[in-house]
Amino acid sequence: MTPPRRAAAPAIDASRAALERTPWSRSRIDPMPLLAVPAALVLGLTFGLPLLMLLLASVQGADGFTLAGYVAFFRDPFHVHVMWNSIKMAVMATSICLVLAYPAAFALARSGPRLQLTLLAALLLPLTVSVIVKTFGWTILLRSNGVVNRLLLASGLVSEPVRLIFTEAGLLIGMVNIFLPFMVLPLFAAVRMIDPRLGDAAACLGADPLRRFVRVTLPLTMPGVVAGVALTFSLTVAAYVTPTLLAGEKYMTMSMIIAKAFLFLRNWQLGSTAAALLLLIAVTVVVASSLLARPLRNRG
Amino acid sequence: MDRAGVALSWIMMAVVLVFLLAPIVVVVGVSVSPSTVFDFPPDGVSPRWYQRIMQLDGFWAATRLSAEIAALATAASLVLGTLAAIAIVRGSFPGREALATFLTSPLMLPGLVVGIALARFFRDFGLRDAYLSLLFAHLVVTMPFIMRTVLASLALFDFAMIDAARTLGCSYPGALVRVLVPNIGPAFLSGGLFAFIMSFDNYAVSIFLTDVRTKTLPIQMLHYLGESPDPTLAAISTLLIALTVVVLLIGDRLVGLRRLASM
Repeated sequence: MTPPRRAAAPAIDASRAALERTPWSRSRIDPMPLLAVPAALVLGLTFGLPLLMLLLASVQGADGFTLAGYVAFFRDPFHVHVMWNSIKMAVMATSICLVLAYPAAFALARSGPRLQLTLLAALLLPLTVSVIVKTFGWTILLRSNGVVNRLLLASGLVSEPVRLIFTEAGLLIGMVNIFLPFMVLPLFAAVRMIDPRLGDAAACLGADPLRRFVRVTLPLTMPGVVAGVALTFSLTVAAYVTPTLLAGEKYMTMSMIIAKAFLFLRNWQLGSTAAALLLLIAVTVVVASSLLARPLRNRG
Repeated sequence: MDRAGVALSWIMMAVVLVFLLAPIVVVVGVSVSPSTVFDFPPDGVSPRWYQRIMQLDGFWAATRLSAEIAALATAASLVLGTLAAIAIVRGSFPGREALATFLTSPLMLPGLVVGIALARFFRDFGLRDAYLSLLFAHLVVTMPFIMRTVLASLALFDFAMIDAARTLGCSYPGALVRVLVPNIGPAFLSGGLFAFIMSFDNYAVSIFLTDVRTKTLPIQMLHYLGESPDPTLAAISTLLIALTVVVLLIGDRLVGLRRLASM
């Protein structure tokens, strides 16, 4: 070795020693996974295990495995109707959210920085305000002498007040309102990533506006559409407060059956079965969306 | 058609904004109205419904319980979640992805189902204390928000900076405090704020775990709504809206609204 290097060596040794002075440098076991143990244990005990036991309870009879709970659930036409109600409401609310949010996301993404911040603030406020507060607001708006009815009367669309609260239409309005931000934000994230020059490039290559939208813009926003639809659907299908306050017994949903079975009927079997079915619907949507999103992401 | 598309997108944006803000504006309006019926737009301004909040049965107890549960659950999640996030980002053990998914998954699952599963579980194991049950349940509510923000922030943090600090003479804990903490601090705080709000507002998980004496604020509000809704509820709601505005302002200061929007 040459002298200058030797002179530098103590400094290097010192810094290497400093690097090795970690609290665990002597032990052979990789300590990193240990840091995750408390969180994994706590959530395993307060989330994983209870859900697993709920699922097991829904297929457990007096003598082992049974699907009797599910057979009984689906044999009752009322329960099937309620499940249909939940899915129908979720599909309708999600579709309306998509139709409203898709164009709006473009306005949001293409607006100037200052305006965009204002718009984002106006979107984040309803997102963070309590669901109970917003639903309470709708019970006031939708009254027979409420703002919505007065606007309808003033516009001449109706000649007498329309019954909105405790109807399917009223519930739909409330659901779209409460879950709309969950559709706008993922779409905004997707639209923001699109280079606006791509449209110009397609135009240069001779594509007309419709073709530009279908072939360029729409495919690029698909990850946002999938994420937004999955999130909105899984939230709307499980909503509890909004259907309870805006529709009541008139429009029973899965969550209401579950709550009723546990709180009033004390029917744990029915409650567990309905809860397991709702869980199944939610998990299916989440898994399907991640499967759908994968090829989209790879293509991008 | 391009111009038509732009016009359409702005019209929809306006519709979305008016529609989204409508219930909030109405609640605030009704809360300051002197009238006993839900009056919008209000005829005048009166503090009478705000004064009545104090006389409301069980309001303070419920607010205190909600604040306590939210604060304790958020604090516990911050500690446990950050440790787990460090392990997930830094470690090389199998199943890290699965662990991250597991710790964020309560966000996507129906809260009501989680609540029922927990109610059954606690009943089977003889945990009768509503306070403890709520606290455990709210760990499930708060953890995903901490995990999401802290994971995202740690993924951007260059751990070589800690080594750099140590070669410059910092002790290992010193390097963590002086280099890591300032870097992930904003994520820590914004995740904590969101987690606190989500726990404070939560009804779906709590609804099966409360008892007559132990009711969180959302459950108490649902109770008032079912009993006799009067503008006092609008006054409470307005205070809750003010709380969220404050949280958003703090969040904006710490990480910016754009990053909050990408949560």
